[in-house]
Amino acid sequence: MNFASEHHRQRARLVSRRWFLRDCTLGLGGIALNRLLQKDAIAAPASPLAPHSSHFPGKAKRVIYLFHAGAPSHLELYDYKSELEKRNGQLPPASLLKDYRAAFIKPNSALLGPKFKFAQRGACGMELSEVLPHLGSVADDICLIRSMQTDAVNHAPAQILMNTGNQNFGRPSFGAWTLYGLGSESRDLPGYVVLSSANGTSGGASNYGSGFLPNMYGGVPFRAAGDPVLYLSNPKGFDGETQRASLDALNRLNTEAYQRAGDPDIAARIQSYEMAYRLQSSAPDLIDLSSEPQHVLDLYGIKDVKKSGYARNCLLARRMIERGVRFVQLFHEAWDHHGGLTNGVKQNALDTDQASAALVKDLKQRGLLDDTLIVWGGEFGRTPMVQGGNDGRDHHNRCFSFWLAGGGVKAGHVHGSTDDLGFNVATDPVHVNDLNATLLHLLGFDHQKLTYRVQGLDMRLTGIAGNVVKGILA
Amino acid sequence: MKSRSLPTPPAVSVAPLIGATRHSRESLMKAMLLAASILVPGGRLHAATVDFSRTIQPLLAEHCFHCHGQDEGTRKGGLRLDDREAALKGGKSDGPAIVPGQPDKSALLTRILSHDADEVMPPLKEKKPILPSDAERLRQWILEGAPYAGHWAFTAPVKRALPEGGATEHPVDAFILDRLKHEGLTLSAPAAPEAVCRRLHLDLMGLPPSPEALDAFAKEASSKGLKAAAAGLADALMKDKRYGEKWARHWLDVARYSDSNGFEKDLPREQWPWRDWVIQAFNSDTPYDRFITEQIAGDLLPHRTQEQLIATGFLRNSMLNEEGAIVPEEWRMEAMFDRMDAVGSGILGLSLKCGQCHTHKFDPLVHSEYYGLLAFLNNTYEAQSWIFTDDQQKTISKVRESIAAVEERLKKQHPDWETKRAAWESAESERWRKTSWNVIEAEDTHSSSELNHPTILPDQSILTLGHRTISGDVHIFAEPKVENVTGLRLEILKHGDLPYDGPGRSFRGTWALTELVVEAKKPGSNTWERLRLVNPSADFEEPAAGMEPEWANRSSDKDNLRLRGPASFLADGDDRTAWRADRGRGRRNSESVAVVQFETPLTLPPGTKLKIALVTNHGGDDNGPKNTQIGRFRVAFTQMPDPKVPRTSYAAILALQTPVGELTLDQRQALFDAWRQATPELKSFNEEIDKLWEGYPEPTQSVLHLAERRPSDTRETRRLDRGVWSQGKEPVQPHVPAALHPLPPTATSVSPRLAFAQWLVDRRSPLTARVVVNRVWQTLFGIGIVETAEDFGTRAPEPSHRDLLDWLAVDFMEQGWSQKRLLRLLMTSSTYLQRSASTPELLERDPKNRLLARGPRFRVEAEVLRDIVLSASGLLADKFGGPSLFPPVPQSVLDFNYFKPDYWKPAEGTARYSRALYVFRKRSMPDPAMIAFDAPTGDTACTRRPRSNSPLAALTAMNEPIFVEAAQSLALRVLREAGPDDAARVSHAFRLCTSRLPSEEERAEVLQLLQSRRERLRRGELKAGDIAFSAFTKPSDIPAEATPNEVAAWAITSRVLLNLDETIAKN
Repeated sequence: MNFASEHHRQRARLVSRRWFLRDCTLGLGGIALNRLLQKDAIAAPASPLAPHSSHFPGKAKRVIYLFHAGAPSHLELYDYKSELEKRNGQLPPASLLKDYRAAFIKPNSALLGPKFKFAQRGACGMELSEVLPHLGSVADDICLIRSMQTDAVNHAPAQILMNTGNQNFGRPSFGAWTLYGLGSESRDLPGYVVLSSANGTSGGASNYGSGFLPNMYGGVPFRAAGDPVLYLSNPKGFDGETQRASLDALNRLNTEAYQRAGDPDIAARIQSYEMAYRLQSSAPDLIDLSSEPQHVLDLYGIKDVKKSGYARNCLLARRMIERGVRFVQLFHEAWDHHGGLTNGVKQNALDTDQASAALVKDLKQRGLLDDTLIVWGGEFGRTPMVQGGNDGRDHHNRCFSFWLAGGGVKAGHVHGSTDDLGFNVATDPVHVNDLNATLLHLLGFDHQKLTYRVQGLDMRLTGIAGNVVKGILA
Repeated sequence: MKSRSLPTPPAVSVAPLIGATRHSRESLMKAMLLAASILVPGGRLHAATVDFSRTIQPLLAEHCFHCHGQDEGTRKGGLRLDDREAALKGGKSDGPAIVPGQPDKSALLTRILSHDADEVMPPLKEKKPILPSDAERLRQWILEGAPYAGHWAFTAPVKRALPEGGATEHPVDAFILDRLKHEGLTLSAPAAPEAVCRRLHLDLMGLPPSPEALDAFAKEASSKGLKAAAAGLADALMKDKRYGEKWARHWLDVARYSDSNGFEKDLPREQWPWRDWVIQAFNSDTPYDRFITEQIAGDLLPHRTQEQLIATGFLRNSMLNEEGAIVPEEWRMEAMFDRMDAVGSGILGLSLKCGQCHTHKFDPLVHSEYYGLLAFLNNTYEAQSWIFTDDQQKTISKVRESIAAVEERLKKQHPDWETKRAAWESAESERWRKTSWNVIEAEDTHSSSELNHPTILPDQSILTLGHRTISGDVHIFAEPKVENVTGLRLEILKHGDLPYDGPGRSFRGTWALTELVVEAKKPGSNTWERLRLVNPSADFEEPAAGMEPEWANRSSDKDNLRLRGPASFLADGDDRTAWRADRGRGRRNSESVAVVQFETPLTLPPGTKLKIALVTNHGGDDNGPKNTQIGRFRVAFTQMPDPKVPRTSYAAILALQTPVGELTLDQRQALFDAWRQATPELKSFNEEIDKLWEGYPEPTQSVLHLAERRPSDTRETRRLDRGVWSQGKEPVQPHVPAALHPLPPTATSVSPRLAFAQWLVDRRSPLTARVVVNRVWQTLFGIGIVETAEDFGTRAPEPSHRDLLDWLAVDFMEQGWSQKRLLRLLMTSSTYLQRSASTPELLERDPKNRLLARGPRFRVEAEVLRDIVLSASGLLADKFGGPSLFPPVPQSVLDFNYFKPDYWKPAEGTARYSRALYVFRKRSMPDPAMIAFDAPTGDTACTRRPRSNSPLAALTAMNEPIFVEAAQSLALRVLREAGPDDAARVSHAFRLCTSRLPSEEERAEVLQLLQSRRERLRRGELKAGDIAFSAFTKPSDIPAEATPNEVAAWAITSRVLLNLDETIAKN
């Protein structure tokens, strides 16, 4: 269900003329432009993506969401359980298994001890896995939530739930809600950009889609190969001058149509072609890392600037928010370790740990961390029970870990805890809806009031639930 | 309905604001007044009486009903305001909420006006304050006696007299003009003939007119007048098969049509026969009541046709989750909710969704009524059936007739056949009676891959749905009391949820059993001990042979060593061999049975666990259609000596156990077939019949559809607490909401689902006709008379022309629910035929053109846009119906899938340029060229599309390969068709795109671009070959006198023309 929203039109009428004078001049032929200005009494609607203010001043102005799909094991990364180690090979207590549902295994499977050593890191003494040495070096800058909970136990529904607040296709993603709420500050780039590494996600395009919001709020994938944005390159044989001459002709012709028909949509179309033109130069410039100094590349662990992957995506994310992109979301689908747990976790930590930590450091150095929210997490956790021989874990939705940094969250803080086996949340549970309510709060929104009417219902990211988790607010 | 009915929102629903806090009261007020001045016909707002349904009900709905509505669960203070009687009584704390005639004694008003933060209503934290002007309206209304009235949309429409002075007018114009007169406005002048011609072509066929059509229409218009010419053209275009394609797409939106299953695997499905059914339905102008009936219950109609079965694919357009380890019932329930949503928003114009979890907050739908509606649809199988082409159907008839002829000959030559058959049957029955089988009751069931969660049915058979596994097993655990068991029987059974009823889960409903493994675990032991099975026998077995190419498995069977064949393969301990019982064309979806013996009779001490596993290792490459899993099976023990299966087909054995009176035709046939097969002297007849079966067509096309569950397998509907699939509460019988019209009288004599279909399209329905008429209106005019096409409930914005909507709805039903008649009516109105140009004043007063003082103008839908481009450039292919085609999609998009679509082979040849309707839609990978122009993703029912202007759309129209090829082809077309003169060429190209000739200025602009490109090409600054040609537009296509330079200059120019606003807009 998609609706053109009335509020855009309302806002449009107030600012349209101003916009048209400011933004539409580029490339218009002088005569046509002058004629337009003289006759212009009505004007194009302002872009629905124009920046707007939130319900209250938010601590965070933008978001980098590092989505680690496939469900990273909290027990190997963030949540050490000595008791689990002790009881390795034993069956879990029957009391835990009442009404419990894992995805694959019969719940009554033997417990499996954690595969890695943990150590206290930072001044705060946050306990982290040995496979996350770099994250450990920014322990004092992050807020670790060990008490996440979700409703779904299969990948696609759980990923979509985490990203849209609902386990079915068709709802706006958190990024789309953010853009709907705050608009975009970039005139040259999309407001919500999606980057991916490793495999395609189970949830597919629904993870970053606009759902029932107009599609301009959806995430725009920047591609690892070919055009960074689809159809960005002009057709073969076109040079810059030909593209400009074509657009000038097109704009002048469309301007004439606009004068004849008086339809503001024509002006909006002219605007969209001009933004496309700007995107044609800003996107290649954005992904060109040749201007980044070696020490920055080293910080992220980028050895080859041409090679796509998680580390490069992290650096791109920083470059994007510097250029006004509101919401950058990275997808790294690689953590589904039903088997090969030890090597799988180790390898993916190797692929992502340094760059994730580098992003925190880099933003901090640049003074961007204060009003940028970094989110790290996946769709659910993994069972304390073994799957297969002795090196795999099944899907587990009762508890898992997330971390946040910057944008108004407590630094060097651990929120919530799990029981001795890492099976259930012991204190301060944070449901997906609570997390999303909190993220919206950090952006300056009351999650109950950021709504969009669909079928007579005022829909929101958090469904009919969600509480702001005060304990993690700085 | 009376007092239960609830309000409409404000005269204009003030936009879904991003939080009330963002807008001050003042700006809200301004918006309201602005809206009122635009939309409320003069005088009404200031009338002496306050209209409850237009003014008060929306206010109460917006601000009060959430806590004081019909939902008891969330009602605060015992106060209910949606019901007059209850409001007069008041809640727990205050006195009466309303005292008619006495606003100051009415708690409703005193609370609203209170300055006490604890007292004031709505509570401050709700951030939904009532404006002083609204409070004043409430005061006035109470003063006037506080009358309640029903919500207009829940009362059946009536045809009111045309507005005064309208008798001579076209009915549409009469209503529109009446409203315009109140506003001091009038219609615009008639549009130019070419604009009208284009409008009709785009609206009826989704394609632009050809230059010849434009010329012909101009002639008609000048001789007969614009209206008559339009009527003639409309009639002609509606006879064109392209009409059905254009209008099918609108219904496909509502029906959330897609070519893939959705969720993680998002495997392709072949549901296009349903899409083609929709095209045909529009082309033949199937009355809307029948259109709906067949889609909801076509399978239940007497003597139903294949088409009527296909029609029920409508509800099967829901997504299908096949991720590993899912519980299928959870996702079947999600699909049910989706079906309810499609019916609600697409047919009823009601948001039923609320009722899934609780009683609706605003509309009269209580929680149990939602499940009452769901119960009508719930007793169905998720069925899949073959679809046969006309030729195949003829062949089938021929095969059946030939077989019948042989059978007749057989009967003639063996006049005593009846006696012999009866004797055989009683002998078989006798033999059957002497056997003794104890069905094993499974304690649990699972799969070793853990990807399947099979279910245990009441008859102890095991049903496997969900993930389709190519290798692994499905097993049961049991702890039977067993003594001297000699053998084990495996029944392989059909089920309506399996493809073609199964019994297998392959793309043919077939299976292959690699191994039957029985293991025991003694009490206290931790090891499973495999029991040796000997002497397998089966009712049917294929001769040993290699697996056919379609089952090739490159990873596990590189050398193609796997065999299928006799029952001995199921207990030979070899994973490369499998028992299979594919009876061949036309007969393969049949039950089977096998019996194995224990090498030593089985006696298990108490507490011994038994595990019986059906191993499958004969599937193809991917977990999907090429699996060979058994869909439903049941196991039993026997203590009889030397147990074996007779060669009698198991379908016949099952028929023997059925009382004669309950035998189906198929079962009777099975018994006859089994007898003749068991009779040695009929060998030649049997061989003849087997031979004839080989001529049975091998179907290649199927459809997902609805099928009613068998009486023995009826599904009970329960209310789901909070809408959670596993939280079934009390049973709910099918019933319709009390607030709507009752079930038709025929309801008791037909199946509930058919009754529901008939109820939906009952003449008394207040919603169905209004909803469809409104959607047609929306398609032509860009916005519905009710703006929220999917929601006519109490929160829907006030219709712009309610009386017109009602008039059209009643007329529609009176005229036999004919969409073509409706379209013809609308398209011959002056309202439709007027100019679309706007003025600043008009735009300010009526930005959305709801009053229609000007004609419709908006960018066309994604599909039409692409088709215009293909049509103008002369590329459009004439494919009509058939499988969806894969568009070219950048590799980076394909790579982004979890399950790589290696089947994605872009169409070649002219098929590449088929209408966008036929472009394959993959749910998790929305077609980038289509969504850029706001095409829906097919996730949920979409009753109206937004229209956006994004830079991504601009990039797509400029640079996407199909669009680029279109620009190149338009260049060739112009050079081929328009002669040597540049000005004439520009005119021709411009007209192909926009349906009109360019002005002098426009022509000059285009020429300037053309000449500057020529110049640069001449200087060698641009490479002509790169610009002019692609893999699909070749140098050999150049017209005789043209040069590559010329094609290139025109390709650049054509690209601009194809991107003109006017090219992609309906003017």
